Amino acid sequence: MIDAAGLPPPGLILILGGLLLPLLRGAGPAVALALPLLTLAAIWTLPGDLSVTMPFMGDYTLTVLSWQPATAVFATIFALMAFGGALFAHPITGLASERGKRWQVELPAAFVYAGSAICVTFAGDILSLFIFWELMAVGSTVVVWSAGTRESARAGLRYALVHLVGGVVLMAGILAHVFALQSQGVADPLALSHFGFGAAGFDALSFGAGQAAPWLILIGVLVNAAAPPLGSWLADTYPEASESGTVFLSAFTTKTAVYVLMLLFAGTELLVYVGLAMAVYGIVYAILENDMRRILAYSIVNQVGFMVCGIGIGTAMALNGAAAHAFAHIIYKALLLMSAGSVLYMTGKRKCTDLGGLYHSMPITMICGIVGALAISSFPLTSGFVTKSMINQAAADQHHALAWFVLTAASAGVFLHAGIKFPWFVFFQKDSGLRPPDPPWNMRAAMIFFAVLCVGLGIPGVYGPLYAILPYPAAAGETLYVPYTGAHVLSQLQLLLFSGLAFFVLLPVLKRTLTITIDADWFYRRMFPALWKHLLRPVFAALGELRDGILGGIPDDVKRIVYSAPRENSMFQEWGLGGAMLTITAILFVSLMLSFA
Amino acid sequence: MKLEDPRTIRLLWIVSLVVLALLVAADGLVEHHPHFGIDGSFGFHAWYGFAVCAAMVLVSKFVVGLLLKRRDTYYDD
Repeated sequence: MIDAAGLPPPGLILILGGLLLPLLRGAGPAVALALPLLTLAAIWTLPGDLSVTMPFMGDYTLTVLSWQPATAVFATIFALMAFGGALFAHPITGLASERGKRWQVELPAAFVYAGSAICVTFAGDILSLFIFWELMAVGSTVVVWSAGTRESARAGLRYALVHLVGGVVLMAGILAHVFALQSQGVADPLALSHFGFGAAGFDALSFGAGQAAPWLILIGVLVNAAAPPLGSWLADTYPEASESGTVFLSAFTTKTAVYVLMLLFAGTELLVYVGLAMAVYGIVYAILENDMRRILAYSIVNQVGFMVCGIGIGTAMALNGAAAHAFAHIIYKALLLMSAGSVLYMTGKRKCTDLGGLYHSMPITMICGIVGALAISSFPLTSGFVTKSMINQAAADQHHALAWFVLTAASAGVFLHAGIKFPWFVFFQKDSGLRPPDPPWNMRAAMIFFAVLCVGLGIPGVYGPLYAILPYPAAAGETLYVPYTGAHVLSQLQLLLFSGLAFFVLLPVLKRTLTITIDADWFYRRMFPALWKHLLRPVFAALGELRDGILGGIPDDVKRIVYSAPRENSMFQEWGLGGAMLTITAILFVSLMLSFA
Repeated sequence: MKLEDPRTIRLLWIVSLVVLALLVAADGLVEHHPHFGIDGSFGFHAWYGFAVCAAMVLVSKFVVGLLLKRRDTYYDD
C-alpha cells in the first residue's frame, strides 16, 4: 500500500474551488465547469492502493483517503453529476442578473456539498466520514436557501433541523461504539473495519446496554437515505430549491447514504424490508402528487428503496446491482429534474393541473424528459435495464420471494408513477395553452449530455466500463451479469407496457387535483406547533402571570436587565443568505483546520 | 397528424393493443427460468404488471388518498 501524508482527497478540489468561485468574478462560471472535470481526473489518476493518513488529536490517525470497494463507482458519478449540474446552472444571463446572483451562492454551496460527498466515499475511518457527512448537510441546506423564496427559507430550516437531529443520532452511535472499542483495548477504534456491522453484527444485536450503537448509526444513516418515516424531509424540501438546486440535491444525500449502508450494513436483513417499504411508499405518494418536482422527489425514495433492498440481500450480485443502480439513477433522476426544471424555468409553473401540451413548443425538453422516464423505468436499451435487474436477479437467486414479488411490482409501478405520469401530465394531457420555447443552450446541453449517458449505458457492450468499476467485479474470464436475454427483455417489456395500459385505463382515477398528501413531516409542521399553541403556551402564559405577580414589585429597569422581550420573526431576517454563506465558510474552515492541523 | 385529434388517439390505442397482444403471444417463443413457480405461468409479467399497477392506483386513490389527502394550501399559514 502506498502511504502518502498531506495529499488532500480529490473532493477537496470541489470544496475549496467552489468556495473561491465568487472571488473569481467573471471567470467563475468557466472555472465552475472545469472543477468537476479536474476532480474526476484526480479520482481516476489516484493509484488504487493509495492511502493518505494524518495525525489527529495526538493518539489517533485519520485516513482521509483510501479506496473502499464501492469508492470508484460512487466518486465517479458524484464528480460527473457536479459537472452536469454546473452546466445546467451556468449563469448565461450574467452574474449581475438575478439568476447570476443566485448562482454565486448556489454553486459554491453545491460544490461543497458534492465535494463532501466525494470525500465520504474516500473516507478510510469513521470520523473522516462523519466530518464530511455533516459538511454535506451544511452545503445542501445553503443550496435550498439560495432559491431565495420564503418557502425555501422555511423548508431549508426544517431540512437543516432534521439533518441536525440525524447527525446527532449518528454521532451518538459512533461515539458509543468507539468508547466500547476503547474499553476492549482496541488500538484503532476509528477504523472502518470495526464498523462493518453487516449481517453478523445485527444477528447478535439486542436492545440491551452497550448494544445501541449499531441501531443509532443505522437510524442516523437511514434519515439521509430518506427511509419512511424518517424521510419526509426529501419531498418537503427538494422541490422548494431553485430549478438547478433541485438537480444537485437529487444526487448526493440519499446516494451517499446508500454508499455508507453498503459499507457498514451489507447483508442486514432488516434493510430488505426497509427498502421494499421505501419502494412502495414512493409509488403511492407519487401517484397522489400534483407538483411535478414532488412526483420526482417521491420517486427518488422509490428508487433508493431498490438499492437499500439490494444492500439488505447483501450478495455480490445484489451489492453490484445497488451500486450500479445508484450510478444510473443519479443520471436519469438529474435528467428528469432538469427537464422539470426547464419547464419551471420557462413557464414558472410546477403543478400538473397548470401544465400540459408542452410538446408543441419544448421538443428537446420533452424528448430528454422521456429518455429519463424510460431509463428510470428500466426500459431495454436504457441504463436502468442493465443495473436494476441485477437487484431483482439477486432476490431470485436467494429465493427471497417477498423481495422479488414486491420489487417486480415496484418496477411496474415506477413506469406508472414516473415513467408515464411525469411526461404525460407535463408534455401531453391537455393543451394548457402555454407555448414556451426550449430553455437556454446550457440547460439543453446538460439535458442532452445526460440523455446520451442514459441511452449509452444501456447499449450492449457500452455498459462494460460501468460493470468493471463495480464493488465486486467479475473474475478474469467470467461474466458479471448478462442483462440482455430474450426472456428478460420480453418480461420487462410485458411488465412495463401492461403497466402503461393500467395507467391509461385508470386515467380518470389519476386525474390531478389541487391536493397534497400528509406525510411524516406533519408531526413537526402541524402537531408540535399545535401542541405548543394550544397546550404548552397557555400553560407558560399562566405561569407567566404568576411570575409577573412575583416580579411586579421589582423596579422596571432591573426587570429589563433580567428579562428581554422576545422579538417576533427575527430568525429569517438574521439568517439571510450572507449569514448562511459566512457560517458555511466558517464551519468549513474550522473543520479543515482541525483535520489538517 | 395532431395528437389531440380523436382519430390519432384511436389509432394509437389500436396500435398499442396490437403490440400488447403480440408481447403476450411472444411468451411462447422464449424460455423462462422461473424461480417461484407462478412467475413461469403464461404471460406472467403482463398480467402481474397490470394487476399490481391497478391495485396500487386504487389503493393510493381510495385508501391512502381518502385518509391523508388535503388541499395544497394546507401548510400555508
